[in-house]
Amino acid sequence: MSVLVAENTRLFVQAITGAEGSFHTKQMIDYGTQVVGGATPGKGGQEFEGVPVFNTVAEGVAATSANASVIFVPPPFAADAIMEAADAGLELIVCITEGIPEADMVKAYQYVQARSSRLIGPNCPGIISPGKCKIGIMPGFIHQPGRIGIISRSGTLTYETVGQLSERGLGQSTAIGIGGDPIIGTRFVDALALFKDDAETDAVVMIGEIGGSAEEEAAAYVKEHYDKPVVGFIAGRTAPPGRRMGHAGAIISGGKGTADDKMAAMRDAGVHVCESPAEIGETVERTLG
Amino acid sequence: MKIHEFQAKEILRHYRVAVPEGKVVTTPDQAEAAAGDLGGKVVVKAQIHAGGRGKGGGVKLAADPAAARQAAAEILGMQLVTHQTGPEGQRVKQVLIEKASDIEHEFYLGITLDRAQSKLVVMASREGGVEIEEVAAATPEKILRETADPGVGLQPFQATRLAFGLGFEGKQVRQAAGFILNLYRAFVGADCSIAEINPLVTTADGQVLALDAKINFDANALFRHEDFAAMRDLDEEAALEVEASKHDLNYIKLDGNIGCMVNGAGLAMATMDIIKLSGGEPANFLDVGGGASAETVENGFRILLSDPNVQAILINIFGGIVRCDRVAEGVIQARKNIDVNVPLVVRLAGTNADVAAEMLENSDMDFTVGHGLKDAAEKVAAAIQ
Repeated sequence: MSVLVAENTRLFVQAITGAEGSFHTKQMIDYGTQVVGGATPGKGGQEFEGVPVFNTVAEGVAATSANASVIFVPPPFAADAIMEAADAGLELIVCITEGIPEADMVKAYQYVQARSSRLIGPNCPGIISPGKCKIGIMPGFIHQPGRIGIISRSGTLTYETVGQLSERGLGQSTAIGIGGDPIIGTRFVDALALFKDDAETDAVVMIGEIGGSAEEEAAAYVKEHYDKPVVGFIAGRTAPPGRRMGHAGAIISGGKGTADDKMAAMRDAGVHVCESPAEIGETVERTLG
Repeated sequence: MKIHEFQAKEILRHYRVAVPEGKVVTTPDQAEAAAGDLGGKVVVKAQIHAGGRGKGGGVKLAADPAAARQAAAEILGMQLVTHQTGPEGQRVKQVLIEKASDIEHEFYLGITLDRAQSKLVVMASREGGVEIEEVAAATPEKILRETADPGVGLQPFQATRLAFGLGFEGKQVRQAAGFILNLYRAFVGADCSIAEINPLVTTADGQVLALDAKINFDANALFRHEDFAAMRDLDEEAALEVEASKHDLNYIKLDGNIGCMVNGAGLAMATMDIIKLSGGEPANFLDVGGGASAETVENGFRILLSDPNVQAILINIFGGIVRCDRVAEGVIQARKNIDVNVPLVVRLAGTNADVAAEMLENSDMDFTVGHGLKDAAEKVAAAIQ
């Protein structure tokens, strides 16, 4: 088992013929993901890597029975692409795009919430169930199939975490990059709930960062509902307040969203908090005893 | 993107949010003339991006044009120090001359994204003119909130509810509600990330006015507002950060002495953190993004080495799609072109990391290879002992 994605996930790629989309479509196919179709307006009827290209998502979904999509659409049009995917009834929408205007995401978030789709991202590396399905831009080879779930706001820090786990022979059930923006479709709490019910996930690693209160909400959820071990790390203890640290969502403002507050909340909830990003792998190993 | 108060007020005026009459000037002569045109008492306000200008001596009341001239002469050119500028302060290049208001009461009004709900929230308080964070911490019940439905936006009944909640009475209820609705329109219309009126005031002659105004634009939405680019004031931004942004590098200067160059924002923050844990002090945040080519690495070096505090550099790249051997090539190449005169620790992980480590070790240049995050951080911290 894995969460959200598996061998039978049928993936649709939005902006499949763009620079990013075409490159990563090849990578995903090579990994073994079933890419069944893609969309680029105006290029309907063409093929890319043997995958049919459609003008619209609705048309493509009807023809291919896709049940998930990944979005490589540029920022000005990406929120529209999210809504198009939700309108087409896709169960899972993974938006890789970074730099979507906040006002667009307020609307797209609401739109998706009112329908039956789940959104992951935007501004994320995607989601992978090692050996089964890779949706996104993460390097597949660093992963190993296994029983650890990963939830992370950051891209390369997720790879770092995966690297430390794989090095110790600790494989991953699913790794979800939830994204570094202030508005994201799936938060820590949502992802924790998915792993809670996954019989093949033994422990969860959550990698947070400064800004917002999603980690505090997650800590409260863990305290209340969790019996699986959770290991956590928060990036940005040395970040100055009032400055956006790369990610749109990574900012300490009005004295809120500090790493220390988040770590304290997580510790209070029984999360095994790592002081150092180099200790994530060994902490998971120790936790599993 | 931050803008000045006078620019924020121009935007507000465009959306019919009431602001005092005023004019921005750059010389004492102009200040005197502007005060003469406005008539009566005026306020002379330093225009810098940082808050806390009044306490730092950047806001002065002037009874007549001659006094306005005097006040402008004192403020223009000063290094204004506030709690937000740092000890070196910010040079004042322009002042806003505004008709003085006979203030009856000071309120707070702000609009921003509520991340927990993913919706816009309007916050208002009777406790205006002070730091709203302090009000929020000490007396949260004194802050009123209305959440805007993303489909239909803030509704008149919500603005009216806020107006009554703030204690407005009679005709002023409609005036205040209109003010709130127009501010919301301005926020949405101009793609703001923050719009804050602190204080919003009522005057003795019954007006509801934005005495101060702070607006930040959503940087991701600037493509929709071509005219906003002209409002950017590069003098208000750190020179190195401006330079870095020209090369698509995300750089923030800090106070330490270990420079770091990393791919990805989260890993860049984590690298700063582990430098500190290893006994060092990070000199910066630098995210070189997904690429990390020879050119990126070279530009990164230039930026890092422009900071005289930097005594050692740590490069930490987790290669995903980017191959580490290419990054190693880039580092070797960049070092040939740039005189890197401080110890350098390189940690490469991910795709082709082994090949890359070998390349670095076999190159005739002086690198220390970090094996893993911890080892790299300890080596760079030790390098400056």
